[in-house]
Amino acid sequence: MTTKVFKRPKYLKDAIFHYCPGCGHSIIHRLLAEVVEELDIGERVIGVPPAGCAVLAYFYFDFDMGEAPHGRGAAVATGIKRILPNNIVFTYQGDGDIAAIGTAETIHAANRGENVTVIFVNNGVYGMTGGQMAPTTLAGQNSTTTPGGRDVLRDGAPIDLSQMLAITKGSVYIERTAVNSPKNIRRTKKALTKAFKAQMDGLGFTLVEILSPCPTNWKLSSLDSLKWIDDHVTKTFPLKVIKDEIENRSNLATEAINQT
Amino acid sequence: MTEKLLMRGSHVIGETAALSGCRFYAGYPITPQNELTEYMAGAMDKLDNGTFIQAESEIAAINMVIGASMAGARAMTSSSSPGISLKQEGISYLAAFELPAVIINTMRGGPGLGNIAPAQGDYFQATRGGGHGDYRTIVLAPASGQELAGLTRAAFDYADKYRIPVMLLGDGMMGQMMEPVELPDPLDLDTLPPRPWKLDGAKGRPSQFIRSLFLDTTVEEDHNWKLNRKHQNITRDISKAELFETKDAKMVIIAYGTAARIAKGAIKKVREMGLKVGLIRPITLWPFPSQELIEISRHLRDFLVFEMSTGQMVEDVRLALEGRGNIHFYGRPGGIISTPDEISKVIISLYHRQHLEED
Ligand SMILES: Cc1ncc(C[n+]2csc(CCOP(=O)(O)OP(=O)(O)O)c2C)c(N)n1
Repeated sequence: MTTKVFKRPKYLKDAIFHYCPGCGHSIIHRLLAEVVEELDIGERVIGVPPAGCAVLAYFYFDFDMGEAPHGRGAAVATGIKRILPNNIVFTYQGDGDIAAIGTAETIHAANRGENVTVIFVNNGVYGMTGGQMAPTTLAGQNSTTTPGGRDVLRDGAPIDLSQMLAITKGSVYIERTAVNSPKNIRRTKKALTKAFKAQMDGLGFTLVEILSPCPTNWKLSSLDSLKWIDDHVTKTFPLKVIKDEIENRSNLATEAINQT
Repeated sequence: MTEKLLMRGSHVIGETAALSGCRFYAGYPITPQNELTEYMAGAMDKLDNGTFIQAESEIAAINMVIGASMAGARAMTSSSSPGISLKQEGISYLAAFELPAVIINTMRGGPGLGNIAPAQGDYFQATRGGGHGDYRTIVLAPASGQELAGLTRAAFDYADKYRIPVMLLGDGMMGQMMEPVELPDPLDLDTLPPRPWKLDGAKGRPSQFIRSLFLDTTVEEDHNWKLNRKHQNITRDISKAELFETKDAKMVIIAYGTAARIAKGAIKKVREMGLKVGLIRPITLWPFPSQELIEISRHLRDFLVFEMSTGQMVEDVRLALEGRGNIHFYGRPGGIISTPDEISKVIISLYHRQHLEED
């Protein structure tokens, strides 16, 4: 008799990803579906996909999803969550989407402490539009619009949006992880779980930034892309818990309940 | 409710929105419509399930409305000309998503920062879709406090019925003026038709999504034709205009909103002098009440379009009449409010120039 030890997660549709070989979006999609299943929130989760390589995410996830205009995920999620506070709402956004055109919406959603979860996939380029410089492109890194490499004096230095968001009072949990090794993939899943749980407890704005490979636009092999994350990307964007006030906020929330 | 209340126009919109089941408002301050945003802050606060958000920008506000509408709420945003420009991307998405939403534009002088005086320079933007792509929004043009109430209620109902963004197009005069109003009865939200398309979690039904991306050109074409059929139904069903003193008229003025009120004043003056002049006041700007114009063109030849712009609606008049009649235009852009005296002079000289007193 055979036992099934590996299967498609319940909340991934039976569809083939359109992502390039070696792209991190596929791994992140799987992790997300697993977390939704394990937390048993598939019937109340609502996802907000971006304009970016993950724009077609509604073809892959088997729960409700509503598309946002490029960069406006946090505002759309705000509207959904305020109407349906008992649902679990997340956005899924690339670095261009969240840290360039959507910076304002993201910072203000965090500052208001919107009780939503942001999944921020940092692949250092504009993948969907063909590999232009992103706000997170590393200093010296080539892209189609920085042919000689990103010159920080001309193009600005890579932006650490997660760090910026950590300063806001409304954010409760922000962690940067990666999906370039089994260990980091497990850590990413843990971070996603933690973020969703904090939202389920009503604690406020949570965000997981995931360093993710883009072999196509980095012009590297899949394996070299994984190594590039360790050797280069994490030097500018170190993997760490950037902010974690979950414990504090939970205690405050319990106190408030006890007092009333 | 049968009692008459003396209310400021912007408050009429806000109170009627709340009475009409609006449970979500997001907006960004801009004069001359801050009274509405401020009113909504209080109105939403009074409800146990109302949400008010002072957004970080008009872009954020319209996208919050998109989210609230996806989640099934009656949602509204408001702004004035420059802010409405910023909302256009979101309005285009609302149209593509087929989501109901209500947008109030209190027009001001422009282009650019312009000024805060009443103007009608956003007619093209409002009636041609405004954002990118092949779509329309329903555009309603109130001209009195009572009509602000009626059309605000209608805006929410049309938005739901046709799953389309609806814009109420007014100006600072409309928003500031105090008139006696009878507000509509509060709407029981449970009586609204169900929204099977809304996103509220895939519980007891298959998962669903709302999108505007159709990479397959034939699918995008079908989507556009679907929207177009809806536009045709709307044009057939809701086009509306007020006719004033048109029965014996030899000439009619065509004007909407504040301009129509001024025109009415002028018509009363010239009627006293024996000039047979009437008014056609479009209440729906899109769909444009072309049939009403065509009907009247059977009895008279001279149409004077009066707008607080250099001439925008006049193009729709020409399109509607297709060469029937003489179409004249008088306009004052930039926030200038013509007086009834000024308009009556325009009418009198045109009346004589066209020898209308003769036949
Ligand atoms: C208003 C607007 N501007 C530009 C675009 C084009 N566009 C689509 S996705 C994208 C950036 C994608 O990069 P990123 O957010 O980093 O996500 P990735 O594709 O790398 O996953 C851009 C610029 C758009 N859809 N809308």
